[in-house]
Amino acid sequence: MGYFSNIYNGIKTLLTGMSVTGKYFLHSRKGAITQQYPDNRDTLKMFDRFRGEVIMPHDENNEHRCTGCQKCEIACPNGTIEIIWDRGIDETTGRKKKKIDQFIYHLSMCTMCGLCIDVCPTDAIEWGQNFENSVYDRTALTRVLNLPGSKLQPGVED
Amino acid sequence: MKYGLSVITTIHDWLYSVMPEWLAGLVEMILIAMVYLGIFSVAGLFLVLLERRVAAWFQLRIGPNRVGFQGLLQTMADALKLLSKELTGTQKADKFLYNLAPYFVIITSLMALAVIPFTAEFHAFDINIGVFFLIAISSIGVIGILLGGWSSNNKYALIGAMRSGVQTISYELSIGLSLLTMILLTGTLQLSEIIEVQKSGWLIVQGHIPAVIAFMIYMIAGTAETNRAPFDLVEAESELGAGFHTEYSGMKFAYFFLAEFINMFIIAAIATTVFFGGWLSPFGITESIPWLGVLWFLIKTLLLVFLMMWFRWTFPRLRVDQLLTLEWKYLLPINLVNIVIMALLIWGNLIIKF
Amino acid sequence: METTTVKSNFKSEEYFINMGPQHPATHGVLRLVLTIDGEIIKKVDPDLGYIHRSIEKMCERDSYQQIVHLTDRMDYLSSNINNEAVCLAVENALELEVPDRVKVIRTIIGELTRISSHCLWWGVMGMDVGALTTYFYGFRDREMINDIMEETCGARLTMNYNVPGGLMFDIHPNFVPRVKKFITHFKTKIPEFDRLLTNNVIFQKRTKGVGVLSKEDAISFGASGPVGRASGYSCDVRKYHPYSALDRVTFNEALRTEGDTFARYQVRIQEFWESLSIIEQLIDNIPEGEHRVTTKAVIKLPKGEYFQKVETARGELGVYIISTGTKNPYRLKFRSPGFSNLSLLNHIAVGGKIGDLVATMATLDLVIPDIDR
Repeated sequence: MGYFSNIYNGIKTLLTGMSVTGKYFLHSRKGAITQQYPDNRDTLKMFDRFRGEVIMPHDENNEHRCTGCQKCEIACPNGTIEIIWDRGIDETTGRKKKKIDQFIYHLSMCTMCGLCIDVCPTDAIEWGQNFENSVYDRTALTRVLNLPGSKLQPGVED
Repeated sequence: MKYGLSVITTIHDWLYSVMPEWLAGLVEMILIAMVYLGIFSVAGLFLVLLERRVAAWFQLRIGPNRVGFQGLLQTMADALKLLSKELTGTQKADKFLYNLAPYFVIITSLMALAVIPFTAEFHAFDINIGVFFLIAISSIGVIGILLGGWSSNNKYALIGAMRSGVQTISYELSIGLSLLTMILLTGTLQLSEIIEVQKSGWLIVQGHIPAVIAFMIYMIAGTAETNRAPFDLVEAESELGAGFHTEYSGMKFAYFFLAEFINMFIIAAIATTVFFGGWLSPFGITESIPWLGVLWFLIKTLLLVFLMMWFRWTFPRLRVDQLLTLEWKYLLPINLVNIVIMALLIWGNLIIKF
Repeated sequence: METTTVKSNFKSEEYFINMGPQHPATHGVLRLVLTIDGEIIKKVDPDLGYIHRSIEKMCERDSYQQIVHLTDRMDYLSSNINNEAVCLAVENALELEVPDRVKVIRTIIGELTRISSHCLWWGVMGMDVGALTTYFYGFRDREMINDIMEETCGARLTMNYNVPGGLMFDIHPNFVPRVKKFITHFKTKIPEFDRLLTNNVIFQKRTKGVGVLSKEDAISFGASGPVGRASGYSCDVRKYHPYSALDRVTFNEALRTEGDTFARYQVRIQEFWESLSIIEQLIDNIPEGEHRVTTKAVIKLPKGEYFQKVETARGELGVYIISTGTKNPYRLKFRSPGFSNLSLLNHIAVGGKIGDLVATMATLDLVIPDIDR
């Protein structure tokens, strides 16, 4: 009788499997897990800690917090960050001081490891939530993070 | 040939009035063939769309819903894309057989459509060996697959084609025998008469237990005939890439693809005709309106098509030796016993008739 | 046209077939040179190196903090456990005691990573044997873990959440409720996995008695993880060399003795339950405290050799560091589980059909970047 019980058990397991998929078929209206991406752009919000790209926030006076200490440049495993710096005269004290000329960030090389942000002593750079990074020209992925004409926020170095 | 609808009758009469009889018959046949080609290539495309939507619903997805209303034009766009694509091939392919193979597959599946009775009137070719014709035609398609796999000069394609040969030779038997079980009840091979018999109860009810067994065997073997999962060894994606049509592109690939779906429709249509009363409405509720028969036929067929899709999106694939074990150790012996049981039922007049 | 006879023991009925580097069943850029007689496999010859990125050499160039992010890219499905391995090795070398909170969080995240890796494996396993729907069901549950990870770690796949000395940042406030929600959700889904695939007669026929690996062979080939445990080789690093908070939880080691493809499948399904139970034991008692011990900005390991092994979703990952006292390792060797598990393939797949090979490979759960590094 093993022959027939094999057939019976076989058919039973097949029907059980079909009941699982059938259940999802009937609940397909609300069960769909598809994200209709370009359509849900307005409601799509990344988590706070999402690592999209490195950004350098500027306040309303066009001031950033980067002192040009280059710790991020050293911490970066693959040379994504390059800081071109210069020595300028500080207006208030009149002494020569290190300041950044360009904070260059190669998004095309970045592995989003987060070591630069982890190591930054003045919280000058942080994660941006933008994930739509595709461009037609790869030179557009090399970005200068400090805005033109920006300068160091007073009081950061103290 | 039967023509009931008035438009068709008018065209028929007009053709015979302006031409000699032999020419009129020829023109009429060509016209009907063109109509069938038009209808079923479009219907095949919609079946592809249906499959994709159903698969999506099984898989917690949405499926194509962008091109046209709810994605209705998606497969049309795909077909247009395939039409415009380059036809590539391997270097040392047997060019003649390689180009011939897709036509074998698509033509045989379209030929089989000719004998399927959609209603009493919408029935192109009502021959007295209908079932026999269907079985014969549907086994020619595999030659196309064998040719395609052999001539592509690709080992994956060759393995796929050889598997297809093994599979079709085995499962043809089951299809034939399970239909034969029902032929015992009807006593005729003509599809229109098979439906006439069912006016006193669908055959699956008339033949009760053996008919249900025959139906199950038919569905299993039919799924195997169309090379669909769980019997899709021929194009086993995770094993052979794309199987026998690995090297085909553009419209030639589309022919294989379309043929698979038309074959699925045909298998379901035969099941509808032989087991579920064809265009007859359940309990004769719309007996008085004959054209509704097409609707009933399509509803029943699409339900069976849905069942085959349900199989496809649930079950894992069999291995090639298990495929043969299933046929030769399970389906065939059960089928043979089933025929005897059915014969005994008819002999003892134990069939249910209303 | 001249014909030359090639002298070899190659029989005329046999033929070669290249499976990969682009093949759906090799899950990456692995190339298998198969010798086949009809459908029966006579020889499997894996050809590696298509995704070799010289990670070990790159490690010699990097500081110890920077090494961690490279390990994400080895076995990308258990990236957090890889991170943990390097961090533990460095911490042990420095004799640095990390806070309890870090240990517990590392264990929870590690087990979540294991579940997510096994979810993907389950989906792909179904797909390899032909049931395409399992892929989406596996990914649905994996997506929930990915969301938890994204909220806490900031990334979905290559998290780089561990640093030598602790964690890069504390867990997100939503972490605990979300994990609890996931546990209740996933507990209803594993029985569904069983009903859909495990109990399916076709699946059982496809996997039972296929690719049988004996316990002796498992040990001599260096099999580890679910592959070794399915053959009765009790080799769970979490049990024998507990690291992080694994010494304070109770769980059963998933063991089978059959050693076939179905046993490997069952081991992984049982590991779903065990991982869930580990998370359940820890999620309610995450101790308060610091999430990180401050280390020096430039970590220099004392001169010597250090070894740390952890249990990733695939098996035993060993990190072997030789330090000469500088800020970079002199040599860093990863003992990856996938490499040893792949070496079994020729041993267990010969004699089977092509379909058997695919099913066997699916349960070896190969991640090719882990093998090539």
